[in-house]
Parts: sequence; C-alpha cells; structure tokens
Amino acid sequence: MDIDLNTIWFLLVGTLLAGYAVLDGFDLGVGILHLFVDRDEERRIFINAIGPVWDGNEVWLVTGGGALFAAFPAVYAGVFSGFYPAMILLLFALIFRAVAIEFRSKQPMAWWRRTWDVSFSAASFLGSFLMGVAFGNVIRGIPLDGRGEYLGGFLTLLNPYALLTGLTTVALFAMHGSIYLVLKTEGATREKVRAWVNDAIIVFVVCYATTTMATLLYLPHMSDRFKTHPWAFVLPVATMLAIANVPREIFHGRDWRAFLSSCAAVFGLMGLVGLGMYPNLVRGTDPQASLSIYNAASSGGTLETMLIIAAIGIPLVLAYTVSIYWIFRGKVKLDSMSY
Amino acid sequence: MDVTLLSRIQFAVTIGFHYLYPPLSIGLGVVLVVMEGLYLKTRLPIYQQMTRFWVRVFGLTFALGVATGIVMEFEFGTNWAAYSRFVGDVFGSALAAEGIFAFFLESGFLALLLFGWDKVGPRTHFFATLMVCLGAHFSAIWIIVANSWMQTPAGFRLAEHGLGTRAEVTDFWAMVFNPSAVERLTHTVLGAWQAGAFLVVSVSAFYLLKGTFEDFARRSLRVGVALALVASLGSLASGHASAEGVSRHQPAKLAAMEAHYPASAPADLYVFGWVDEAQERVYGAAVPGMLSWILHGDAKTPVTGLLAFGPEDRPPVQLVFQSYHLMVAVGTSLIGLALAGAFYAARRVMPPAWLLRLSVVSVLGPQIANQAGWMTAEVGRQPWIVYGLMRTSEGVSRSVSADAVIFSLVLFALIYTLLFALFLFLLNAKITHGPLAEDLAASPKRA
Repeated sequence: MDIDLNTIWFLLVGTLLAGYAVLDGFDLGVGILHLFVDRDEERRIFINAIGPVWDGNEVWLVTGGGALFAAFPAVYAGVFSGFYPAMILLLFALIFRAVAIEFRSKQPMAWWRRTWDVSFSAASFLGSFLMGVAFGNVIRGIPLDGRGEYLGGFLTLLNPYALLTGLTTVALFAMHGSIYLVLKTEGATREKVRAWVNDAIIVFVVCYATTTMATLLYLPHMSDRFKTHPWAFVLPVATMLAIANVPREIFHGRDWRAFLSSCAAVFGLMGLVGLGMYPNLVRGTDPQASLSIYNAASSGGTLETMLIIAAIGIPLVLAYTVSIYWIFRGKVKLDSMSY
Repeated sequence: MDVTLLSRIQFAVTIGFHYLYPPLSIGLGVVLVVMEGLYLKTRLPIYQQMTRFWVRVFGLTFALGVATGIVMEFEFGTNWAAYSRFVGDVFGSALAAEGIFAFFLESGFLALLLFGWDKVGPRTHFFATLMVCLGAHFSAIWIIVANSWMQTPAGFRLAEHGLGTRAEVTDFWAMVFNPSAVERLTHTVLGAWQAGAFLVVSVSAFYLLKGTFEDFARRSLRVGVALALVASLGSLASGHASAEGVSRHQPAKLAAMEAHYPASAPADLYVFGWVDEAQERVYGAAVPGMLSWILHGDAKTPVTGLLAFGPEDRPPVQLVFQSYHLMVAVGTSLIGLALAGAFYAARRVMPPAWLLRLSVVSVLGPQIANQAGWMTAEVGRQPWIVYGLMRTSEGVSRSVSADAVIFSLVLFALIYTLLFALFLFLLNAKITHGPLAEDLAASPKRA
C-alpha cells in the first residue's frame, strides 16, 4: 500500500478509534460488570476506579468523531444519518452513563444509588453493544446510493452478523474491564474480580471465534489482504498471543502486564478490522458505492492542515494521558472528594 | 411537520439545554482560578474551603456539559448530513481541533482538579485549575470560530466533488479569523463569565440573607461581584462591536433585530415593542434615528431594511426582535446590579437586603441573556444554514424520516426535563448543605 495523505488519515482516525476502544473499553467494561457486586462500598470502588479517567477516555470518541468529520465528512454524514435511531440510542446511553457516575454519590438513599447503578450498568452495556453493531454493519456492508446516502432502515442494521459483533464487543470490554479492576482493587474485592477474569476471557474467546468464522465464511473480502500480503497474518497471531498471555500474567500476580496485554489485544483487534477494510471506510452492499478514503475525503489542503494540527496536538494529548494515569496509579482509596 | 423544521426544533432543544452548562464551566473556571490563586497567595484556609466548595459545583455542571455536549458533536452528522458533507473541510476541522486542543486538556486536568487534592502539591493543583479553565476557553474559541464561519464564511472556495458541491478551505487563518469570529468570541466568553460570576453572587447573597457561612459568603461575593462587573461592562462594549459587525455582514439579521422594514431609511431603536409581521410595522417605544446614530454616528443615515430582501431571504422577524430585546434588557439590568454590588463591595459594607434579594435571583439573568443572544444569532441567520451559501432546508439529512426525528425529539425533551430537575435538586442540596468545615483543614500534601 502506498502511503499517501489519505492513508495517513485512515491510520490517524483508526488510531483515535482504537485508542478509544482501549481506554473507554475498560471503563465501559467496568460498567458492564458493575452489578456483579452488591455492597455499596464495592460499587463505589468500581466507580472511583474509573472516576478520574473515564471522561478523558470518552474524549477519544469525541475527537475521533471530529477527526472523521474533518477528514472523511461523507462517512461522518452518511453513517451518522443512516444509523439515525441507533446513534440516538447510543447518545442516550452515553448521557445516562455520564450522569449516573456523577449523580450516584450525591445522595445516600438506597433507592437513589440503586437507580443510578442500574442506569450506569445498562448504559455501559447498551453503549458497547451499539458501537459493536455499528462496526459490524460497516464491515459487512450497508445499502448505499451513489451519493453516500444510506438506503436501508433500522431493522437492516439488526442482522445476525452485526448482533454478533455487538455481543463480541460487550464481551471484549467486560474482559478488558475485569483486568483493569484487578489492577485497581485490593483484598477480598480483588480476589473476587480475579476469579472473573478467566470466565470473561472464555466468553470473549467463544464470541471472537464465532465472529471470525462468520467473517471468513460470509465476508471473504475481509481476508483478501491476508492472501496478498501473507506477512499480515502476524497481527491475528500476535493478538491471540496477547489474549493468551493475560491469564498467565494474572496467575503470576503481574497485574500491570496483564492489563497491558489486554490493551494490546484490543488494539490488535482494531488493527485487524483496519487491515481488512482498507482502503474502504464503509462497505456498500454494492461494492461500487463503498465510501473509501478517496471518495469520502476532505480536500488535500484540509488533510494537510489537519495533519499539522494533529502533529502539534497528539504529543500533548499523550503527555496528559500518561501523566494522569501515572498520578492516579495504584489501588483505589475512597475519600471525601470521591464519588 | 417536515424534517427540516423538526430537526431545527431538536437542534434548538439540545443546544439550548447544553448551553446552560458550558457558560457555567467557563465562568466558574475563572472564579476557581481567582479563589485558588488567593489561597496560594494568602494561605488562608477559608480560600481553600471556597475553592473546594465551588469545585464541587463545577464538577456537577461539567458532568452535565459533557453528557449533553457529546450529543452536539454527533448531531451535525445525524440530522444535518447534507450540511456536514458541504462543510466537512471547515466545520469538521474546527471540531477536531476543539477535541485535540480543548477537551483533552480540560478532561485530563479535571481529574486532578476534582480528585488530585491529596495526590499533588498545591501549586500543581493550581496549575491544573488553570489548565481546566484554559481548556474551557479553548473549547469556546473553536466552536465560536466554527459558528462564526456559518455567519460570515471566509477563506474557502466552492468546489465540485464526486459526491456534490462543497466548501474547501483555501486559507486556514482567514477561515479561523473570519469577519465576525473575534467579536462574537469576546461577547460569548464575557456572557459565560457573567453566568459563573452571578451564580457565585447569588449563592453568596443567599447565605448572607440567611446569616449563615458569613465569612465564606462575603469573600465569595467579592470575587463574584468583581468578575460580574468586568464581564457585564465588557459585554456592553463587545455587544456594540458585534452589532456593528452584523450591520456590515448580515444586514437582514440586523434589520430583523430592530424590525426595520423600509429598504433604505433612517432606523429607530426600540426599547420594547411588538412586531406586526403582516402589516410590516412595530408597536412599541422607540428612540427615533437612534439605530442609525449608533451605527453611523448620524441619526439621518439610512440603514438597510427587511424590504431590501426577498421574502424568501428574510429571517423570522418577531422571534429575532423579541430575543434580541430580551437580551439587551436583561444585560442592562445586570450591569446595574453589578455596579450596585461593586459600590458596596468597594466600601466593604454589607449590601442592603433588597440588593441581596435581587442578587439571589440574578443567577437567572445571564442564563436568559445567553439563551436569548444565541437565539438572536441563530434565528437571525435564517433562512441560511451557512449565510448566503446554503439554505437550512438544503442542509438536512435526506435519509432520516420525520417519524424518526419526532421519536428522538420526544425522548430528548423527556430526558432533558428529567436531567434538569435532577440538576436543580442536586445543586440545591449542595447549596443548602453549604461549604464543608473539613475543607478548612489542611490536606496531607500541603504540610
């Protein structure tokens, strides 16, 4: 593949979305697992484990959306308007998630806290699921006309393949979140969470294997690049090894390495999607109507300007992210400013 | 109802609700910098208590700002797909820059601001507060740049592309510093400072009236009044500059603001009034020739009126007229209130009870004026989504049905009503509970 400006932007938008999956993935996962503990203190520990970072993690999605708008406006416009009811539900999930985290601790009543616990967990599940469904449809192909307008309806989106990728995403984030929780908890809570990790990995691997089979059987275009570029097969192998490494690191008590391994696995999975899709961003049911990094892109001038903005901004972003994670490293301790 | 009108209503509901919170975050951001700065300078525990109390309020407004803000980021794509394809080059760039330069800065340091008291020293914490405040302002810069480009487009050319015509950036800085960007940014930021300042004024006045937390309230009031005075007077000046800009670049909007119909005649300035759109006249109290005088220094100079434009190119007059006059009336009252507050603050005497009572309700003032101001700006731009280039009806998503928008609009209305009630309930609980005594004590890192 030639590295042109459009390809660089494919990589940049991809990296932002992969960064989002790695970072918000674990806090969505914590939300999915939230109702598996009952005691108020444990639930507080869960929320405070992600408290200082979840908002920054979600910024990866906001910026990914902005970057998509700037670099590939036809994809931003076509997918967001085409998937209208699903996007609106996703927005409601993200709204309820954000306010649940903020509101829960503000009143002591049991019913109040239970309401926000359910809302936090359900919204985390629904958000992860809908994002997975959206990805599944983009990979599988959606009916598009020659001007990039979506021609299907809401039910078109709820096909078996997309539902499967939705569930796989939920399982992936639950696994990723459980490993993060091992890192942030101590004592009896940590023992409980540690026991979840293996189950979560099994559920995920079953979902992932099924999705892979379905992809190979029904979406042969996704494996074309691996036929022409056999070296690319290193990526799925490395991803599987990263997943397999997680139980090993957990067993040896090296929680940080287990979490990094899980991050690598999430990143690798996003890379696999990218390799399969390139140079398309959205596949059309009629492949001629697909939105690619060429027909969906902004002008060359804007891609160049935005590249300068990214070159200034991304090192800053990485610096804040690393500092914040460093400052808030270690086990969660509840205090008067906690949620 | 057609999809365009429904989408416009939905956008108005979602942006109107969202815009209750960012001005509070921007304004309270400045308040926090001042309070924590005073703490670093004097090391008086009361300033630490004040900072921590207002940080909690800030956390609540920020959370609602984030939750409702993500809707805005997506809504251009969901409801205004044709517009998004047309302006991706320009508008998308500004949104992406906002994410990279503003939101990451803000959210990263917010973690330290909210939860970092015991993790870092007081100077580092102050730096975090400063960065959160800066991030909130950066966010305002990029979004106002993007919106101003919709009012006064510059630095672009129209080009044919595979999927249709679109605006392509030819000069990035001309696009950023488009003719209305600087004045509108100044006016918007000052309006946001007022929102933060008058919230502090209102809560402090409430405590003083009740005779509780007096030291806390007096000191908070001084900070609030000082910022309110600067912001209110600044709003007057920047508002004047903004109106002059509108007269040059968007004459139809200006004509609608004063309901000035004759194609070219000296124009009056209304204090209040009611527009009869059918008869094309206004009933109300006006200063003759005043608009001409304000704009041109001469009461006889003609001003372009609505009749100079075809009926299809005129904005809705009544709504623009009323929202504009509401903004001006409320803004003027706030200047009076800020001056009165400053009078007593400068003499270091307790303001009289009537002024305190007025101050308690003053928190509504900037919110009303900010909403009305935006309504003037956005409804006044109609029927254009990008002034002179693309009509609002051409920008709407073609693949979205009216039923789908009704469904989302009803849900947004219900959910936002619920969120607003919860916000008021929690804010009220925080205020009646008051500042915490434990916040006067030193935190471990400070020793």
